[in-house]
Amino acid sequence: MFAAQLGQFALALAWVVTAYSIVASILGIRFKNDKLIASGRNAALGTFVCITTAIVCLGYLFAVSDFSIKYIAAHSNRDLPVYFKISSIWGGQEGSLLFWGWLLTGYTALVVMQNWRKHSAMMPYVTGVLMTTSLFFTSMHLFAVNPFNQTVILQAQASPIPFVPVDGSGLNPLLQDVYMVIHPPMLYLGFVGFAVPFAFAMAALMTKQLGDTWIRTTRRWTMVAWMFLSVGILLGGKWAYHELGWGGFWAWDPVENASLMPWLIGTAFLHSVMVQEKKGMLKVWNIVLVIMTYIMSIFGTFLTRSGVVNSVHAFAQSSIGGYFAAFLVIALSGSLYLLFDRLPYLKSENQMESIVSRESSFMFNNLILLAACFAVFWGTMFPVISEAVQGVKITVSAPFFNKVNVPIAIFLMFLTGVGPLLAWRKASTNSLKRNFLLPAVMALATGVVLYIRGVHHLYAWLALVMSTFVAITIVREFYKGARARALGTGENFVEAVVNLTLRNTRRYGGYVVHFAFVMMFVGWSGQAFTTDGSAELGLGDTLKIREYTLRMDKLGVEDTPNYSADKATVSLFEDGKKVANLFPERRLYKAGAEQQPTSEVAIYSTVRNDVYVVFAGATADSRKAIIQVFYNPLTMWVWAGGVVLVIGTLIALLPNRKTPPRKRQEAETAPERIREQKEIAAKVS
Amino acid sequence: MKRKQLKFAVGSAVIVVALSYLAYSGFQESKTFYQTVPELYALKDRAYGMKLQVSGDVVAGSKTRDANDVYFTIGQEPQTLHVKYVGKAPLPDTLIDHATAMATGKLGRDGVFVADSISAKCASKYEKESAAGVPIAKKE
Repeated sequence: MFAAQLGQFALALAWVVTAYSIVASILGIRFKNDKLIASGRNAALGTFVCITTAIVCLGYLFAVSDFSIKYIAAHSNRDLPVYFKISSIWGGQEGSLLFWGWLLTGYTALVVMQNWRKHSAMMPYVTGVLMTTSLFFTSMHLFAVNPFNQTVILQAQASPIPFVPVDGSGLNPLLQDVYMVIHPPMLYLGFVGFAVPFAFAMAALMTKQLGDTWIRTTRRWTMVAWMFLSVGILLGGKWAYHELGWGGFWAWDPVENASLMPWLIGTAFLHSVMVQEKKGMLKVWNIVLVIMTYIMSIFGTFLTRSGVVNSVHAFAQSSIGGYFAAFLVIALSGSLYLLFDRLPYLKSENQMESIVSRESSFMFNNLILLAACFAVFWGTMFPVISEAVQGVKITVSAPFFNKVNVPIAIFLMFLTGVGPLLAWRKASTNSLKRNFLLPAVMALATGVVLYIRGVHHLYAWLALVMSTFVAITIVREFYKGARARALGTGENFVEAVVNLTLRNTRRYGGYVVHFAFVMMFVGWSGQAFTTDGSAELGLGDTLKIREYTLRMDKLGVEDTPNYSADKATVSLFEDGKKVANLFPERRLYKAGAEQQPTSEVAIYSTVRNDVYVVFAGATADSRKAIIQVFYNPLTMWVWAGGVVLVIGTLIALLPNRKTPPRKRQEAETAPERIREQKEIAAKVS
Repeated sequence: MKRKQLKFAVGSAVIVVALSYLAYSGFQESKTFYQTVPELYALKDRAYGMKLQVSGDVVAGSKTRDANDVYFTIGQEPQTLHVKYVGKAPLPDTLIDHATAMATGKLGRDGVFVADSISAKCASKYEKESAAGVPIAKKE
């Protein structure tokens, strides 16, 4: 009980301190009072302490199963394993919003500590913007979705009576999965992270310091948020694949789309920001992208939390829709007004010179990433829009999204291969030939082989050919750079690759991220070749799918405090040879009144394909299990690509390593010189 | 400079037009009218032949299965709809009595709705709570 009161008090205090931080920052800026500004900063740090206290209290209440608190009673039960009790913090509306708010204050504290000295003029503004967002969340925690509310019995015409249930009604079985423990934190770290670039952009506009500083800081933060969001989205897919039992990992559900939209715009920003750094172009555009990424993060939350659109994953309808709508309107109109007012400070320093240039490839990259976002937005919002305009709810489904986004993705893959190797301003025909002839020929050769071996699905074929093309350009970049470096410095080839990467982390980290997408494309194209089957299997019965055979060996039951389960033991044979024992289950969780059965799928995963086995139910006489099986080629590549994506982003986040001064002379000039000589030689021949 | 800008404009226009065409055809292919069971019956004859997504609560105890298909009934008496699920994907685990189901497919002339995809939302998916705001205690 004490913990609940402390949490409640911490929330109230957080609200006061946040409000104070905003006021102190504004007054401090207005009256140029350093003490007030510093006080506003300290208050921002204080907010973090307050919300941390609240989160710890909530975690404690879960740990001790204090069911006098409504949120605990509704999302936990005594027999829930302790790690799921902790992850229940973000298992429902109230707690996940608190978690969100906590991450925001955490990011704020980090940003303030990291940048206070470096960007002293801008930081009070940054603090002010971040704290305003915080105030919005703290208000919601306090007044709309307070996680510390008591469990009560409502009575007609009388005040509610407090009530302590014997046990909680349990965490939704679908959330009792290891991926659900880590997927939401990753996703939120991504969503919330975009608040930081937004705050810097706003601060830059307010202070009119629109030079390189904010761009550099923002770019790094965007990369951090982008990485978390990417991982969050992928883990969400992995969770769906493991837990939902329909054999796939992406269904264009509104909740998924909500996370994809800020990702698409954030990706566009990470690319177009380079054009600004190098050429001083697209300044207004970049600010628009930063604003839109942030707005889309909030909008996505609004979409999934307010019940505006129908989704199988959505949270229950609640009163927070209004809060979010108001905040969206204020944030969007405020930031766009500010941008409009500062337009004179954002003059472009250069113009596009050629359609075959790095700039232009970035421009097309942006165009189609935004087109993708736009399509996803319309597809997701269409039921709402058509209902408002025509009075009928029209929904669109996967074919719409795929039809637009698959060609976009393939074109993006093409740009991924071409863009980084095009020269700024204008690429010469010679350099095009030198850079692309070999990869293009090899990719086409691969295409012929694939066609002969039976890949006749146009998009899958294109995706694989493009992936080959891009993979070759990337490997070649590493090879060429490392060879030149090895020749110049006398390092061996592996050392040269490492040092090359460490000396230009952004470029080579970027290549690694691109390579991650090559891997994911390979995985996605496998989706064109899935097959499935199903059968009622009694003991000893078999089911064949492609080169695999499943044999039902045992049908048993399992009982744990948390759930009971029907468990099948299935032997998996590949071309007659046994390769695995699989244990698909059908669980019935005990807590709560609903007793919803859930399937625990069993997956045999190799580099070539997944065999995905679902225990769909038992026949009426309980003697046979209804087994559904999916043959999913190349799925592992998607997850492996996710790991490579993280590695690549982390590399790109490293500061460039400087060569020690003594060695610098030879190290720096030698490879460069060799490169130049080679280029001259190439031109001559 | 003028010609270069024209090139960009043409390039962008080609992309936009191509994508718009794809969006339009994808839309035509997958557009589905979302109806509740009473709304479906209000459509009368127009309900036949068009792609529909019908939502309604699963009638308790109505789920049966034969060798190939699964049958259940959604809606509230007296307006209920028999659904025959012919899709390949496994039915969602959330399709239990009283859950809100969304069936996508077409209405047959015999009055049975033939669905090729089903999604279901547990009556209180993330927020397990009874109507009175009382968490449901474990039955002991």
